[in-house]
Amino acid sequence: MPLYYDDDQAMLADTASQFMGEEGAIGKQLRHWRDRNCKDGFGHGLWKQMAEMGFTGILLPEADGGLGMGHVEAGIVLEEIGRNLTPSPFLTSSVLAASALTEGSDDLRGRWLPGLIAGDSVFAVAIDEGGKHRPERIATRAEKSGNGFRLSGRKDFVVQGASADMLVVAARTSGSDSDADGITLFAVPKDASGMNHEAVRLVDSSMATHTSFDGVELDGDAVIGEVDGGRTILNAMLMAGRVGAAAEGVGVARGAMDMTVDYLKQRKQFGKLIGEFQALQHRAAHLYSEVEIARAAVVKAAQLLDSESERADLMASVAKAKVAKVAGLAVREGVQMHGGIGMTDEYDIGLFMKRERALQEFLGDQYYHAGRVAELNGY
Amino acid sequence: MSHSDGDLEQFREQTRAWLEANCPPEMREPVRDDDDVFWGGRNATFKNDAQKAWFEACRDKGYTVPAWPKEYGGAGLTPPQAKVLREEMARINARSPLSSFGIWMLGPALLQFGTEEQKQRFLNEIARGEIRWCQGYSEPGSGSDLVSLQTFGEDKGDHWVVNGQKIWTSYADKADWIFCLVRTDKADKYRGITFMLFDMASQGVSTKPILLISGNSPFCETFFDDVSVPKSYGEGIPAQVGEVNRGWDVAKYLLGHEREMISGADGGERTAAIGAAMKRSVGELDPVLRAELAQFDVDALAYACMGEKFLDEVKVGKAHPAQPNMMKYAGTELNKRRHELMMAAGGSRALEWDSEETDGGKTARNWLRTKANSIEGGTSEVMLNVIAKRILELPGA
Repeated sequence: MPLYYDDDQAMLADTASQFMGEEGAIGKQLRHWRDRNCKDGFGHGLWKQMAEMGFTGILLPEADGGLGMGHVEAGIVLEEIGRNLTPSPFLTSSVLAASALTEGSDDLRGRWLPGLIAGDSVFAVAIDEGGKHRPERIATRAEKSGNGFRLSGRKDFVVQGASADMLVVAARTSGSDSDADGITLFAVPKDASGMNHEAVRLVDSSMATHTSFDGVELDGDAVIGEVDGGRTILNAMLMAGRVGAAAEGVGVARGAMDMTVDYLKQRKQFGKLIGEFQALQHRAAHLYSEVEIARAAVVKAAQLLDSESERADLMASVAKAKVAKVAGLAVREGVQMHGGIGMTDEYDIGLFMKRERALQEFLGDQYYHAGRVAELNGY
Repeated sequence: MSHSDGDLEQFREQTRAWLEANCPPEMREPVRDDDDVFWGGRNATFKNDAQKAWFEACRDKGYTVPAWPKEYGGAGLTPPQAKVLREEMARINARSPLSSFGIWMLGPALLQFGTEEQKQRFLNEIARGEIRWCQGYSEPGSGSDLVSLQTFGEDKGDHWVVNGQKIWTSYADKADWIFCLVRTDKADKYRGITFMLFDMASQGVSTKPILLISGNSPFCETFFDDVSVPKSYGEGIPAQVGEVNRGWDVAKYLLGHEREMISGADGGERTAAIGAAMKRSVGELDPVLRAELAQFDVDALAYACMGEKFLDEVKVGKAHPAQPNMMKYAGTELNKRRHELMMAAGGSRALEWDSEETDGGKTARNWLRTKANSIEGGTSEVMLNVIAKRILELPGA
């Protein structure tokens, strides 16, 4: 499979670019909701529009009412989301939760997927416990209770947790905290009694929660897949989410780079356009080179996921780590090359820096994923 | 031409069977010495029967230049087929049957700019490994500023008389012919250069190897002292490629190929092995070095994706024409890092210069050799200039 978009994918990229550029633009979405102190951190109207475009069900099988497309296509949408810093539940709902739900029973899929596809529902995933992404260790426990389970523990960095109609929760049903086995995924509805959200606004104006589960009673139907067999589904969900987050990160990097290169062509100092200075040209050219490489890694990882290759796990971590390095470079260079105005709230370049920071942390930062690359490579 | 997946799968099976039948086990071992690489040419010798058998099988199948048209000695493979062949060769670690500047550099220039008769003659000779070429570009006073070159060809009617000096001519002392940039009009900097082909055995050509910090001499100084170059080698075969005085167009086109070649874009995923090998030899890795290795692996594996994407795009004309500069920049900087890490991984053993255990100081010599990667074929700084100007379109660049 060649590593460039085929005709259908190129068309999707055009459509997504136009849609996000207009409807998802920074002024229309990110600033709009931020300045109103929106408790969701995104607009439900846009989510509904994304449903009309078919984006909400992009990864879901046609039998479930989705578009039946792959991670390359989801990545195309995410790159445009990244370029426009569009706040939306797409990554958590349509990529992460959707990936888990496709492994769920007919009942579960029937209960949750129509709302997602229609843009009426929003889902969150509750994986992290503590300040860093360490899904190898899961202490939140679900004990057998009657025909169902009692869920106890605490999750952090649950993006859009308070807005979600349902949370995919990774909990331990057997074994000790660091065991690979003994994990079960649950679809926990928002009105579950004993679930409490402490909502926090993050640096990029997105919303997340610290969510506690205090003996939350769940019936057996809430189990996604098999009891104690959740690690496989969790890993597949994480791979999908990491590649998706990397695709969004490439968009953030491109958005920041494009703004910055434009600025180099406009700003004059010492009687010259600053883009004439070789010191800046070389840094911009280096950045371009890095962004291109990161983008190739993301498309490759998405293709490997779509073809269910054994290398997908390694390349998902390569993509996530590479993008984190490169998007970080893009936003730091962006602010520096903008000079003083780069520090102002009025200019958008700082918003890219904030989003990159949150996205970098989501599902594992560059250090976590570089460490995984080392492990998977045998050292 | 497009293929159904079925066609390609069938081609893959055929290719796999052909490789199984024709690639000797010795040719699936990593290259260890210079003479493991077969360069062809008038004075070529084979290191062993396996090398000869592998080369001849590929030559007869057109697989020394699989994507070239059949009438020029290739196999006429489509881009997807050529990719399948590359992948299948990589899968069994098959060595390249023939290495040649004719294949990598002159060939693409001839395919683009050559006359039909030039192609018939030179491309077939290259594909069959009968001629070994070297490249006469840089001069002592013209490195990064290549277009300032001074080697001059005086028009004598039916021939040129060439005088001047080239430097960094790779394997000039072993080459049969040279493709050479020669100034033929002193009044026009860009439109006064001719891309000439001539025999290195001509009267007045001499070469002198340059000893490098690696202790090896892959490059030469090349001197031209009243070298007579006929203007024609027969009907339809002028001595120059493209028009007289328009050799800069050819040179620039070819630089793209050279940069692509040096970039290691086709290197695939021959990477990520340093860390594991080092852990095997020293046990627990220093945590800071492990972190460096991990960061390198991330960059190297990502770059391998870019290499694949770039080659895919080149094949269908989707790549930005200046993209080889980006590949060259990123690929060579990465390769230098790889060898820095290999030195660190090797410790004091890697310092040995000529011991048998180190294969004659291979780690150290290769490490030093890679320092030229970001200089030859255009420095990293020149690459960044080109990216700034031609891709980012920054002002005054």
